[in-house]
Amino acid sequence: MNIFVLMKRTFDTEEKITIVDGKVSEEGAEFIINPYDEYAIEEAIQVRDKHGGEVTVVTVGNEDAEKELRTALAMGCDKAVLINIEDDVEEQDQYTTAKVLAEYLKDKNPDLILAGNVAIDGGSGQVGPRVAELLGIPYVTTITKLDIDGNKVTVIRDVEGDEEIIETSLPLLVTAQQGLNEPRYPSLPGIMKAKKKPLEELELDDLDLEEEDVEAKTKTIEVFLPPKREAGKILEGEIADQVKELVRLLRSEAKVV
Amino acid sequence: MDFTLPKEIEFLKENVRKFVKEVVDPVAMEIEENDQIPEHIIEKSKEMGLFGLSIPEEYGGLGLSMVGKCAIYEELGKTHNGYTTLIGAHTGIGTVGIVELGTEEQKRRYLPKMATGEWIGAFALTEPGAGSNAAALKTTAVRKGDRYIINGSKHYITNAVEAHVFTVMAVTDPSKGAKGITSFIVEKDFPGFILGKVERKMGLRGSHSAEIFFDNLEVPVENVLGKEGEGYVNALKILANGRAGLAARNLGSCIRLLEYCMEYAQQREQFGKPIFEQQAIQHMLAEMSMLIEVLRSITYRVAWMTDQKMRVVKEAAIAKLFGSEVYNKIADLAVQIHGGLGYMKDYPIERFYRDARITKIYEGTSEIQRNIIANELRKEYSKVRV
Repeated sequence: MNIFVLMKRTFDTEEKITIVDGKVSEEGAEFIINPYDEYAIEEAIQVRDKHGGEVTVVTVGNEDAEKELRTALAMGCDKAVLINIEDDVEEQDQYTTAKVLAEYLKDKNPDLILAGNVAIDGGSGQVGPRVAELLGIPYVTTITKLDIDGNKVTVIRDVEGDEEIIETSLPLLVTAQQGLNEPRYPSLPGIMKAKKKPLEELELDDLDLEEEDVEAKTKTIEVFLPPKREAGKILEGEIADQVKELVRLLRSEAKVV
Repeated sequence: MDFTLPKEIEFLKENVRKFVKEVVDPVAMEIEENDQIPEHIIEKSKEMGLFGLSIPEEYGGLGLSMVGKCAIYEELGKTHNGYTTLIGAHTGIGTVGIVELGTEEQKRRYLPKMATGEWIGAFALTEPGAGSNAAALKTTAVRKGDRYIINGSKHYITNAVEAHVFTVMAVTDPSKGAKGITSFIVEKDFPGFILGKVERKMGLRGSHSAEIFFDNLEVPVENVLGKEGEGYVNALKILANGRAGLAARNLGSCIRLLEYCMEYAQQREQFGKPIFEQQAIQHMLAEMSMLIEVLRSITYRVAWMTDQKMRVVKEAAIAKLFGSEVYNKIADLAVQIHGGLGYMKDYPIERFYRDARITKIYEGTSEIQRNIIANELRKEYSKVRV
């Protein structure tokens, strides 16, 4: 089976994030594989181990993403591809990424493409579905279970806390939701072996694309951190007074009733 | 001069850091409480490849340089020291003898299973009557056809409960003193091997030390490790090899303690401000940081010298000695900074404080390290006229 994983390198949202000049500052930020993409990588490896074939992990980014690709190789992927468009395309968005990935994938005959449900940085959840649309193959998002039997695929997807069971067929693109699996840690022998696995680097030219083909379709107006959470209010006094006060606050301050 | 770790080793180190933080740290309290490392943690550590740190690639290990090993030991030192000791003793004194002195056949028989952690290794030198004076061994080995018959006992043997393979020192020729000692590879299934009582220790819970008895233990001749009569030298070599690694483990524990202290000092308020604003506390933290940086330098320098095949007898003893003394000093300061909380079992500081103490004793006491250093000084300066 010819399996591809779409991976993104993101900053770790559990670490402190600062914004400088309308961008998340890379200074002091920790970078990781987008956690939802880790589920996708794990699932890809498990599918390969069960059904045979090869897993290629692909990312659109700059050379810093080599480390995350190496991590994916250390987990067990067979090949890695870095599509580096940093110098070619100034304004990038989900459209850019999807277009570049689809262009790369169109002659690769993928049977199965896995991606994360969303990236924890932008959180748009667009790249996976867009790639499937561009390739003209079916897709299922937020999956928590994947069963492949020949050409037939049974997927369970998370629909806001409930489950939906979908039957579909290969070729297919799925996006991974938390709960799909427990991603493995890259083992130390895996890391040593990953050194010898192929990591290909491509640029826009290699895909016969021009900057105007992939330029961002969206504009970022402003980037800001969520407002600081204020301390909660604890009401005091007689219970009846507290209730009155609470209702007043819900009306006048929170404006919810 | 380049003080940076190779990129590839940095990558291994980061992954071990993540593993330790996310997998081992959350069960540290449980290990302490039950005096047992949960089985699934050991399984995950095997999958991670941690048991193969010191074993060459051709026998299924990682084939790391000493710098690489130290980088990983540093990360392992940041978590529960009982866990660190299980892996440290296995990958150090438990396997190094076979790696360094084993025949091709011995390596092929033992190392692949030790690299995966299926067989845990231990080192059995210490006896009730022979500690720092390793030449005073009483355990005997007598050749009988194609076997040796070993009789005697060992105690305080780290990993004895978990281990399958023991590097055992025994006297083959009592008339020759230190030159009459031979090393053997002993499996716990050999007839005559008896596991004694598990020692109750001050710390290092989850790591088990025990007595072992040899009652006419039969060891095939092909299990002699190195040459007959070279057991004492072998033991010293095996211990010397582990010193940089011990320093690295201590370095990791010290770094972790500084992290705890920095976090606490900035958040704990007394006299209307964080205690970090008190100069007395700042000076303690500065002292900790200084000692850590010096320890880091000597540790990786010894490791690098080892990789360059340079003689490191003096430097390795300095690193072992300094590392354990610094760890104890820093653990003491960490308790002081944490005040009452540092003395409580609900918080990890007192555990590090207890676990630190053994590092001045095991694998060569601080006094023995000083002897080694002085001995080397005598050699260095014997040709120099003052």
